[in-house]
Order: sequence, then C-alpha cells, then structure tokens
Amino acid sequence: MLRVENLTVKFPSRFGDVTAVENMAMAIAPGEIHGLVGESGAGKSTVGAAIIGLLQPPGFVADGTLQLGDVDLRALDRFEAHALRGKRVSMIFQDPQTSLNPLMRIEDQLVETILAHEDISADAAQSRAIDLLEEMGIEDASSRMRSYPHQFSGGMRQRVVIALAICTNPELIIADEPTTALDVAVQSQVLDLIRRLADVRKVGFMLITHDIGVIAQIADTVTMMRRGKRIESGPTAEVLGNPSHAYTKQLMDAVPPLDRKIDRFRVPKDEEIDATGQGDAARAWLLGAERETAVGLTLEGIAVSFPGVRTSMWQKPAPHIALQDISFVVRPGSIMGIVGESGSGKSTLAKTLTGLIKPSDGTMTLAGAPLPGGGARARKHPSRQLIQMVFQDPYSSLNSRHRVGTILAEPLWLYGLVTDKEERRKLCIDMLRLVGMLPEAIDKYPHQFSGGQRQRIAVARALLARPKVLICDEPTSALDVSIQAQLLNLLKDLQASFGLTVLFISHNLSVVRQMADDVVVLRNGRIQEQGPCATIYETPTAEYTKELLALTPVLPADWRP
Amino acid sequence: MVYFIVKRLVQSAFVMLAVAFLAFSLFRFVGDPITQMTGVETSVADQERLREDLGLNDPYALQFARFTGDMLKGDFGFSYRTRQPVAEMIATRIPATLELGIVALLISLLVGIPAGVYTALRPRGIATQAILMVTLVGVSIPTFVIGIMLIFFFGVQLGWLPTFGRGGTVRLGGWETSFLTVDGWRALILPAFTLGVYQLTLTMRLVRAEMMEVMRSDYIRFATARGVPMNRLYFKHALANTMVPVITIIGLQFGGVIAFSIVTESVFQWPGMGLLFLESIRFVDIPVMGVYLVVIAFFFVLVNLIVDMLYVVIDPRLRIRDVS
Amino acid sequence: MLAFIKRYEGLWLFSRSPAVILAAIMAFGIILGAILAPWIAPINPYDLASFSLMDGLLPPVWDEFGSEKFLLGTDDQGRDMISSILYGARLSLIIGISAMTIATVLGVGLGLAAGYFGGRFDAIVMRIADIQLALPAILTALLIDGIARGILPPEMQQNLRVTVLIIAIALSLWVNFARTARASTFVQMNKEYVQAALIQGQHPLRVMFVHILPNILGPLLVIMTVDLASAILLEATLSFLGIGLPADSPSLGTLIRIGMQFLLSGEWWILWIPTLFLVALVVSINVLGDFLRDVFNPRLR
Repeated sequence: MLRVENLTVKFPSRFGDVTAVENMAMAIAPGEIHGLVGESGAGKSTVGAAIIGLLQPPGFVADGTLQLGDVDLRALDRFEAHALRGKRVSMIFQDPQTSLNPLMRIEDQLVETILAHEDISADAAQSRAIDLLEEMGIEDASSRMRSYPHQFSGGMRQRVVIALAICTNPELIIADEPTTALDVAVQSQVLDLIRRLADVRKVGFMLITHDIGVIAQIADTVTMMRRGKRIESGPTAEVLGNPSHAYTKQLMDAVPPLDRKIDRFRVPKDEEIDATGQGDAARAWLLGAERETAVGLTLEGIAVSFPGVRTSMWQKPAPHIALQDISFVVRPGSIMGIVGESGSGKSTLAKTLTGLIKPSDGTMTLAGAPLPGGGARARKHPSRQLIQMVFQDPYSSLNSRHRVGTILAEPLWLYGLVTDKEERRKLCIDMLRLVGMLPEAIDKYPHQFSGGQRQRIAVARALLARPKVLICDEPTSALDVSIQAQLLNLLKDLQASFGLTVLFISHNLSVVRQMADDVVVLRNGRIQEQGPCATIYETPTAEYTKELLALTPVLPADWRP
Repeated sequence: MVYFIVKRLVQSAFVMLAVAFLAFSLFRFVGDPITQMTGVETSVADQERLREDLGLNDPYALQFARFTGDMLKGDFGFSYRTRQPVAEMIATRIPATLELGIVALLISLLVGIPAGVYTALRPRGIATQAILMVTLVGVSIPTFVIGIMLIFFFGVQLGWLPTFGRGGTVRLGGWETSFLTVDGWRALILPAFTLGVYQLTLTMRLVRAEMMEVMRSDYIRFATARGVPMNRLYFKHALANTMVPVITIIGLQFGGVIAFSIVTESVFQWPGMGLLFLESIRFVDIPVMGVYLVVIAFFFVLVNLIVDMLYVVIDPRLRIRDVS
Repeated sequence: MLAFIKRYEGLWLFSRSPAVILAAIMAFGIILGAILAPWIAPINPYDLASFSLMDGLLPPVWDEFGSEKFLLGTDDQGRDMISSILYGARLSLIIGISAMTIATVLGVGLGLAAGYFGGRFDAIVMRIADIQLALPAILTALLIDGIARGILPPEMQQNLRVTVLIIAIALSLWVNFARTARASTFVQMNKEYVQAALIQGQHPLRVMFVHILPNILGPLLVIMTVDLASAILLEATLSFLGIGLPADSPSLGTLIRIGMQFLLSGEWWILWIPTLFLVALVVSINVLGDFLRDVFNPRLR
C-alpha cells in the first residue's frame, strides 16, 4: 500500500543543504503496524512529514519514490496533496492537549472533517461522528461531543484525536509519538485502540516512537533508523528479538528491563565512561574531609498544599493538595527510588526537600538534624551544600549565557570550599574528567554540548558542592536510551565511590528498578506502597503498583540476549 | 465567570480611583488653587475665608473624598481660565474627539486585520515584503508629519478636502455630529486617516505575529493533516484563535488613539478634547487638565472592560469550567 | 571572513539583508554627525553672531538661487540648515537616548524584581503599570510638562526644559520594559538553572542580575531599539506641539514646527529637509529593531 524508496529529504541552511533523511526505504501493508524507531535526530518524524506532505519549510524532498496505492505522492500539486490528506492518509500528533482547536466543539471539528472529504448530509456526518466516538470508547458520545476540548482529560482527548484521524476512513495513519505524553494506563488503552483499528478496519499505521517497549508490544514490523539512514527493517521479533546489526544490538543492551536488576549496562567500549580511571584529584578532593560518614534523610507526615484558583465570589477555593502524609526514611548511603505518574507529586517532593516549596505540615530531618522547609531555610543553611540536585531537562538546567567553567566554579566559591581561583579551575577540570568529559569543555558554552554531555556537566556541578545527598529528578527522561544507559552507569559508580545518599525520582519503573535499593510508589500525592526494591517489583501489594507493573510495556522474555 | 467579571470591575475601579487621586493631587498641590481663583486685589483675609469655605483646610483624606464625590455627581469644578464649569467645557468637546477616534479605529481595524492575515499567510511573498516595509516607514513618520503631508497634498496642492475644523455638524440632542452631512464627512477624512495610520500599522503587525504563531500550532497542523479546506483552516480555525490575544491589545490601543488625537486635533485645529487639553496646559489650567485625565482614563477603562467581556464570549475556556 | 560570518546567525542574516545594512549605515551616519556637530557644522546655530539675516531664506545649493556656502539653504534668520539639523539631531538623540536609558533601568529593575518576588510586590508594580497604561505616552509627557510649568519658577523652566522632557518621556516608556522583563522573568523562574541557583542559596540580586538578566536581554534589546525610536518621535511631537524645546535651542521637532510657517510659501526646504532627516533617523532605527526582533524570534521569519 505505502511504498517508500530511496527517499532523501534536505533542509537548506547557511551551511548549504543539510540532509535530514537519506536513502530511506520502507513499505506498509493494510492492517500493518509498522514501527519507525530511532533516537533523537534519526529523522523519523521527517519521514512521516514527507509522506503526508507537511515538511516544515524550507525542507524539501530531494529524491526518491513515495507511492501510496496507485498515487505517486511526489507528483501531486499543492491542492491535490491537500485533498488527499485526511481522505487517504492522516496523522496523529504527540500531545493531545494541543492537537485540538480550543475554540471549537468536538462535534464541529469532526463534522467539518467528514464533510471536507465526503459528499454526505450534515446529519449523516453527525451520526457518523457519534458512532465513531463510541467506537473509540467515549461514553454518552451524542452529548459529550457538544463539549469543548478543554472539558476532556488527556486520555479522552487522544481518543478524540484518533477519531478525527480515522473519521474519513484513511488507508494510512502516521502516528508520531502518540503515547509519549500519556501515563502508562492511558498509553496501554490507546495502544489497544490502535491495534484494534489496524485489525478491524485494516488501517495501516506508521508508528513513530523512541520507545522500544511500545514497539515490542504492538508493532508487526519495524524499521530502525539512525542519523537519517535506515539501519535495518523486518518483522519486529526478528529485528529486535535477535538483533544482528551492531547498532540494534547496542540499543537493545541499553533498554532497562523491568523484571530484573542488572549491575551495569553494556555500552560500546569507545563510549564507555570510566569513572574509576580519571579525575584522581577530584576523587581525592571528594573523598577527603569527613567523607566517611554517609547521612540519612527522614520525612515524617509531610504535606504540601497550594491555594486553589479562585473562580467564584462566594466560595473560598479548595486548596489543591499536592502531597499528603508522606513519611519515609532514606538510609545513609542508599538509593531511594520515587515512582509515580504525572500529577503524583514527585517533583513537588523534590522541591520540598530542596527548600523551594514550604510544606504545610510534617517534619524533615537530615543526618538527625531538623531540616527547615521553604522560606524558613536560611540562605546559608548547611543543608544547601549537603543536598544537591540533578534536574530533568539538561537544556534548561545550565545557564546558557555562562561558560561551563563559571557554572562549575559557582558552588566552590559560594560555599567557600576553594578560595583560590586557579585551584578552582583545576578542580573543575578534573571533575569534568571524572564524569567523562574532556578538559576543553571548561571554556565552552552549554549549547555546544549534546543532552547527555550537559547532564554530565550538571552532575559535575552537583558533586562540586561536596554533597552528601543527591536528588535526581527524572535525570534521564529527556535522554535517548543509549545515553540514559551511560548516565545511569555513571550515577551508580559515583554513588558507590562516594557513599552518596540518593533520591532517584522517575516515572519510568524499569529505570528505577535498575537504580534503587528501596522504592516509594506515589499516586495523587499519597504513598501507595513502600519497601525494598525487589519486594515491590516482585510481590507488590497495592492494587495501583500491580496495575502499573502490568501495564508497563516490556520486551518479551525470549528476546533476552 | 461572574467572579472573573467582578474581579475586572474591582480592578477598573481601582485604576479610576488612582487616576482621580492624580487629578486631585494636581489640583491641590500644583500651584495654589486660591491664588489661581482670585485676583491680586483680593485681600489676604478674603483669601483665607474662601480657603475655609472651599474646605481646603480640612484633612487631605476628607478633601479627596469630597473631590471624588463631586466627580461622581458630575461636578468637575471651574476652569481657572474661562471661569466656566469644566463639565460643560469637556461635554461640548467629547463628540468631536470620539467621532474622530472611532473612525480612526475602524480604519485601523478594517485595513489592519486583513493586511495582517495576508502577510502572515504569505510570509515570503513580494507583496508581504512591500507591505512590511511600508508599515515600517509608517510607524516611523510622526503623526504630525503625516498630517502636514496630507494637508499639503490634498488641501493645499489639490484643494480637494478641507484642512481644518469639523465642517458642517448637526446637533442631535446634546451631541454634535459630523456623520450626517457630506461636509462633515469630508472634514473628517484627513484627520481620521492621519490618526488611523499609526494604529493601522500596529494592528497589522500584531495580527501578523499572532497569526504566524497560531499557524504553527499543533491544532492547525493537525487540521491540515486531516485535509480541512484551506479557507476554513485560515478563517475559521486560525483567525478565531488569533483574535483572542489581539482584541486585548486592541483595547489597549484605544488609549493610543485618544493620546494621538491630541496631536491630530492640533494639526487640523479639530475642536475636540485634545485641543482643549493643549490649551489648558499652555495656560496651566489645572482643573481642566485633571478632568481631561479622568475622562480619558474612564474611556480607556470602559473599553477594556468591554474587551474583557468579548474575551469571555470568544473563548469557551473562560465560559465553561473543566469537567474532566 | 565568510566562515566567521556564518558562525553567527545574526551576522549572517545581517550580511544578507541590504535594507538592514543601509539602515545601519544611515543611523550610524546621523548619530556620528550629531556627536561631531560642534566640529563639523559650518556655524553654531545657538550663536547669534555666527549668522546674519542677510543670508535669510536661501534655497539649497542645487536650486538656481542657492549658494555654495549653504549646501541645504538657510532659514528666515539666515541660519545654515545643515548646522541647525546637526545640532537639532544632537539634541533629539541626547533626549531620546537619556529617556530610553532611564526607562530601561527603571522598567527592567521593577520588572525583574516583580517577576522574581511575585506575590504582593508583583501585584503592586503591575497595578501601577495598569494606571500608567491608562494614561498613554503623549498624555503622560504633556502632563509632566504641565506640572513642571505649574511648579517651577519661569527662569528655571527654561534651564530645566531638557531634563523635564527626558523625565516625561522616560516615565511614559518604562511600562513596556517592566511588562516584558516581568513576563520573561516569569518564564526564566521556572527554568531549572534558576531553580539550581535558588537551591544553592545564591543571593537574590545575583540570581536576578547574573543569572536571569543575561537570558532575557534579547527581547529587551528589541524594545530598547524600538523605544529609542518612540522617544525621538515623542520629543519631536512635544516640540512640535510647542511644549517641548524652545526655538532658541531647536531639536528636529522644533525645526519642523518652525518650518510649518513656510508650508504655504515657496521655502519648502525649511520644512521638508528637517522632516526628511527625522524620518530617516527613525526609519533606520526601526529597521534595525525589526531586524533584531527577527533574530531573537525566528518564528516571525
């Protein structure tokens, strides 16, 4: 049905044409779910955009064949291409929150799309819309469709988006990261829906994603991409289950398993970061001065609430409760994993510990001494040095207007750890080595580095404060899976060498499994379950934990290398 | 929603109160009202008695309360220069300024919005580049120069249109309008165009920027991907979403129209409030200055309140609360 | 050279837009002329002894009645137009740049602090900004001018005219900066690098000025350029309305007001040449501002 051959996409720039996709080839049959996998910069979204004719200008298709059934997509003019969109090929975007026009009722958006492609009456279009929404699993569709998009939850919105994509019976749907913005429970429902549409309606899906687990769960065939080129393609179980290509193998090695803990990820030799070989001076400096004692962290009855948004004159708004009755103990020198979906309050917890948010109730203690919260924590409070944080987004966690050297030296003079400027510089360089970066990095700006390298710089900054507690808030969720493996290895090594107490926060159960000694499961601001990592993963007691574990996409057991 | 509106009302009242305080301070502290009101021949004792009569020895808070109360009753005091009631002086001038401002605003919207939409949809077209260049020159020429140029060409050289005053007006109750005579319309063209040009360029650039932002939003890309007809895409989906932020700014622009009407009225000797204000500044006629201030702020606040209501009508997110 | 230009996107775009290069040359030329006015102007227009009524109303040199002594002609007093314009541009620029600088410091300071501290302080600053918005730029400037007339004794009024103008214009422009700085600061406050600095316990002033300020300079630079153009226009407008600068120390606006008297007689150069200069100056500044906006906000390209 869809045949792509020799596809090359270029973007003109001031350095000449940049080739985003080169010699790409793939084919999708009716009813087939074809996964297009690759890490960021692989060009997988560009392939999708080229097929539906929506390349961001000034990008253009430089070469190749794009054939949909009997139609040569490259031969269409602007109007023919637009008439084909929706009718024969449609698209689903990543974020259901922004994919729908906020000013139009769902009904109007559906009816308008149907009438654009079919010569039927408005009433017929309307009743088709109702049927479709019901098929997507939206109850009471005839009245719900009179609502505006903001009246639906995220998962419901993605169903509406899928209904909109399918309402004109296209042969092919390009789904660009359709579940990345969703929680696992909703993700699994949406994936089921896609599977059903492929089976029942014989729609071909091109499923663009970075998530190997999702591919493993529903894709029939898979094409692996890297740096604009196709690496290999074939049936999913063949390509991923028994990887033969070096890159695929490397990628599969980096995928963290949910059902067991592996000591270290296998990463290729040349990219392996050895935190034991270099940076001796920094190592010695970190190990000196009372390093032998690791410290513990205790939370007791912590609650956080925010004032609600006032919408009525007469009622006081109900406060929004972000955290309630949070009590746990982080043992000195251990890694505590905090797991939760969006809205569970895990980031609020990090902010409370670091003093950005004031808890409305409860007490915190650090190494036995009380830890004041929010504004009560003085700027010079010792905990400011002892607790350091590694953030989620490496693109915003480093000040882009400061050189790496300035960023790294900040904790050194701020806490009066090293007073001599030259010495600070030397130590920073050595610390860069310790986290696996070259010394030249010190005079560069953050934008000159990749996401993974920036995250290493962020780790170096945290270490330069000589902390005893490291809070990592989703440190790898913005990274590709192979980079994630490297960073997780680094964090493990550092934790072991320096006896750090670590709070590792993530929505990704598989990642937490690899890192944590103990685990706390959060939901809607409350603790569902806590205990040793292996116990929680193998014999969960809370219903919620069981559900999470069951719905997280995993690689089939027989794929193990 | 009710809360939203009430909140806006309270904020507006606060702004008005602050402006009233400004006017009061002007009146009370810039120069001595008594020396302004009386001549040199008035004895010190008489001056003191007048001061006492007018309550100028009372605590400032009481004086301000009385001042605000008088304003609410429509009693705006007397002009130092003409000894007439200020309320009357302003009231006879309001129609001229409002009619000028409304026509100018209409010109700016009726030309600015389509031009903005066009330049946003064809960002690389030659016509777009030309329009952008022309509007850039447009914002760079001072209003008074535009006025002078129009007078020079259409008034002096060609002799087509009158260059000063309102021409023929008709009295409708207390309202003197230019809209009902050909002569009045002819006199209105040049000043309204002068005043409208600057706002037009602003409107156009704003609509263009917002529209381009909307055009790259996910929901427009999604609508394109499912083949919604182009005209619907542009004018139903994109334009409606563009207007949400744009109407807010257009409300704020009304202030600009009123401000620049001072200049336009001066160039064209248009007998509106702006001209009166200029005269009152020249003669340090504090009461008139103060009242002008309050009246302008009132119009500004009123227009922005109306804009806020429009906002509620356009955007369902403000009307209907989340159900999910 | 080409490789160097290509490294910086702004420089690269600049090298490819002739209109912007032309505007830069024009703005630079006028500013240079204004700075050097005392040295390059043929006469000093403030010095009554340096010109004579005998030379009055001479047209520019290309006119058959023109004189090579006065390239752009003279006004009714016999003042050389070039000299008047150079000195006028000097005064316009001094007022414009001073007002813009004051407005920047005041607006950015308040906006940064409002965005950083939020809460009640933010509410107060923004309410003041609301009130300022209800009183548009020209009105504010006129009002301050009027107040100065009411308070100051006449002899001081003359001396302080320039100062009053600068303050009046600055006060009417600060809101722009404050609102932009505040909005940008709010965005930055949620960025993780700011949170990192806050967690470390860095001093608020350091967070505001060392961390946040460099990251919000882009949009502020655009406003500075555009507001410099507005300030020059505002000064010209006030002077044109006769409440700016007096005729004996003319700015470009005053020159245009004087030239208005000759609108209907044949001496067109007295009105149109200063007007052309003013428009050229403001257009070139605005073109540069527009270019900066494109560089900092590539979405509008």
